[in-house]
Amino acid sequence: MIEFRMPTLGADMEAGTLVEWLKKPGDAVARGDIVAVVDTEKGAIEIEVFDAGVIERLVVEPGQKTPVGTVLALIRSPEEPTGATLKAVPPLPPPAAAPERAIAASSTAPPPAAAARARVSPAARKAAEQLHVNLEAVEGRGPGGSITVADVERAASLAKPAAATPDRLSGMRAAMAAAMAHAKREIPHLYVSTTVDLTPSLMWLKDENQRRPVTERLLPVVMFIKAVARACTEVPAVNGFWTDHGSVQGTGVHVGCAIALRGGGLVAPALHDVPQKNLDTVAREFADLVTRTRAGTLRSSEMSDATITLTNLGDLGVESAYAIIYPPQVAIVGVGRIVERPWVVDGRIEPRSVITVSMSADHRAVDGRSAGSFLTAFDRALQAPDKL
Amino acid sequence: MSASPVRTTYREAVREAIRDAMRRDPRVFLMGEDVGKYGGAYAVSKGLLAEFGPERIRDTPLSESAFVGAGIGAAIGGTRPIVEVMTVNFSLLALDQIVNNAATLRHMSGGQVSVPLVIRMATGAGRQLAAQHAHSLEGWLAHIPGIRIVAPATLEDARGMLWTALEDPDPVLVFEHQTLYNMEGELAPDAGAVDIDRAAIRRAGSDVSLITYGASLFKALTAADTLATEGVQCEVIDLRTLRPLDMNTLLESVRKTRRVVVVDEGWRSGSLSAEIVTRIAESAFYDLDAPPARVCSAEVPIPYPKHLEDAAVPQPHAIVAAVRALMPAPVAR
Repeated sequence: MIEFRMPTLGADMEAGTLVEWLKKPGDAVARGDIVAVVDTEKGAIEIEVFDAGVIERLVVEPGQKTPVGTVLALIRSPEEPTGATLKAVPPLPPPAAAPERAIAASSTAPPPAAAARARVSPAARKAAEQLHVNLEAVEGRGPGGSITVADVERAASLAKPAAATPDRLSGMRAAMAAAMAHAKREIPHLYVSTTVDLTPSLMWLKDENQRRPVTERLLPVVMFIKAVARACTEVPAVNGFWTDHGSVQGTGVHVGCAIALRGGGLVAPALHDVPQKNLDTVAREFADLVTRTRAGTLRSSEMSDATITLTNLGDLGVESAYAIIYPPQVAIVGVGRIVERPWVVDGRIEPRSVITVSMSADHRAVDGRSAGSFLTAFDRALQAPDKL
Repeated sequence: MSASPVRTTYREAVREAIRDAMRRDPRVFLMGEDVGKYGGAYAVSKGLLAEFGPERIRDTPLSESAFVGAGIGAAIGGTRPIVEVMTVNFSLLALDQIVNNAATLRHMSGGQVSVPLVIRMATGAGRQLAAQHAHSLEGWLAHIPGIRIVAPATLEDARGMLWTALEDPDPVLVFEHQTLYNMEGELAPDAGAVDIDRAAIRRAGSDVSLITYGASLFKALTAADTLATEGVQCEVIDLRTLRPLDMNTLLESVRKTRRVVVVDEGWRSGSLSAEIVTRIAESAFYDLDAPPARVCSAEVPIPYPKHLEDAAVPQPHAIVAAVRALMPAPVAR
C-alpha cells in the first residue's frame, strides 16, 4: 500500500489544513494528478500524487490541520491484489465521532497497511484523550519514532481553529521570518555582483515587441529568467540543494520567481524546466504563475521544486539586491533597476542601459569562482538575446 | 550569627556522629573488628578508644555472626549498640542474625521486644578491593521487612543519620560507600540529626528523573551537568533511605518529568532498581512518556583491575547515554 503523505510545501512548513479531497476511494490516480487542496500559510495549494494506483482510503478529513509527513490517504498500487484487502478496509470513522471512539475503532480493526501497533507512550495516550487528538494523525518524534506528550501537544496546537492564528498574512510573515532567520543563521552566504550592459537585449526586445500584438509583448524579466537558466546549465554547481548529506544537483533547472503578493508577503514558485522552453512559453507561464500566485492556487510541485531563485527588485527602483538564500537551495540571483549610465564602448563613452546583478551563494556548496562564472554566463546570455 | 562552615571529610563526619552519640547517650557503644586499637578498617573510629575507653569502643573476634548477635542481645537488654561490619560482603556471615533475629523479634514477640540496633557497614566498588570486598548488596537487604536501610551520600547525612537511626526502636542498617570516606566538603559546625525517611532532590530538573543513592549520586550529578549543556534538565534524586522507599518524592518527580533512569551499583537482576521501576510502572504508568531505564553494574563479580572495575559499575557516560536514548529527536526545521 502506498502512503500519500502531507508534503512539505516549503522548508519552513510544519502543517497544512486539508481543504478538500478531489478524489474519492476507488478512483484511479496517475502520477501528477491533483488529488487534494491544502491550505498553508502561503495559500491554497493543489497537491499532486507521485504514484499511480487506486485510492484505497482517505485517512484525513477536510478541515483538519495536519503536520507534514502525516499519512493523508492510502493508495493501492496496480500490483497489489484487490478484493480481499478491500473488504478488510474499515470505513472511515464518522466525522462526529468522539476522538476516543475513533481510536478504539482503529485499534480493534486496524487498516491492513498498519504493520505494527503505533508506539504511543502512556502519557501521550492520556494527553491525546484529554486534548481530543486523533493519534493516527500524530507524527511521533520520541525515541524510536514513538509518540510522546510533546508530539500530542504539538498536534493539538496545530488543530486549534484558524482563529488561533491571527490571519494568513501574519502567518506567512512568521513562516518567512522563520525560513529567513534559519537561512541567514545556518548558511554561510557569499556575494558577488557585476554590472551588465543590457542595451543589446533591450534593442532586440524593442524590435521584437513592435512585431507582436500588445498581449504577447515580452518583458525584460522573461529574458532574465531565461538568462538565469542558461547560466545554470553552464555552471550547474549553483543549481541545486544543500542537504544533510551534502550538495545535491537539481534534476532540471526550475527557476523560482519571487512574486510579491497584494497586501504583502512573498512567494517564489518555480517555473519548471526553463532551458527546454522558448521565450514565448516562459513568458506565458510566468504570467500564469503570477496570476495563480495572487489567486492562491499554486501547485505543490511549484512551491517546492525550485532549484534556484531569481528576485527582481527593479520595478521598485532599487539598483541592486543582495538576497538571502531560500533553503535548501544554494543560490539566489538579485536583479536591480535598469539605469542609464555613461559606459565605455570601444574606447568611447556612450549612454547605455545597465543593470546590477548579484548572486548570493551557499559557500558550503558553491565557491566564489562558480558564482563569478555564473554571472559571466548570465551577462554573455544577455548579449545575444536572439539566442535566448 | 552562625559560625562559618568547617572543612571536613565524610570519614570525619561519621566519626563525629559516633562521638556525638557517645557523649549524648551513655547507652551508646561501638563494637566490631579492629574498631579499637587499629581505629577501624576505614579509620572511622581512629582516636575513639583513647577518648571513650575499651568498655565503649570494643574490638571483637573475627566472627560476624557472634558480634552482630551480641549487638542484638545488647539492644534488647537496653543499650544502644553501633555494630560495625567491615564490608557488606562480610555481613553475609551475620545474615542469620540480621534476617532471622534482628528483623523478626518485634513481630515474633508480639511487640514485647524491640531491637534498637544500628549496624554500619562499607559497601561498593571503586577502591580495587576485588570481588569479596566490593559488592553492593544493600538492595538485597532492602528486601527484608523489619529493618530500615539508609545510605548517606553527603556529609550532612554522614553526620546526621546515625543519631536518628539510634533513636529508632528497630534495627537500622547504615551503608557507607567505601569511595566516599575521603570525600571532602564543608559542613555547618552545628550540623546534627537529619531525618531517615525521605528522599532528597539534589538537583532540580524538568526533563528526566535520575534516581540513585550513595556514591552513584555524584556520577548522576556529573551526568546531569553534561546533559544540561545539551539542553536536557535532569532532576537528580538521592534515595537516602532504601527501605522503606519514599515513593511520594519519586512519583512526584516522575509525574513531572515523565522519564526516569534509575542508577544502581547493584546488579540489575532482582535489584533495588527493579523494585523502583516496578513501583513507578504500577503507580505512574500513565504519566510515563518513555520506557523506564536503568544503569546498573555488569552482572559479574566486581573485578580487581582498575579498568575492569570501572567498566563494571555505572559511570557518568553510561548515565548520559541512557538519558539521551529517552529524549525525543530534535524537531526538524
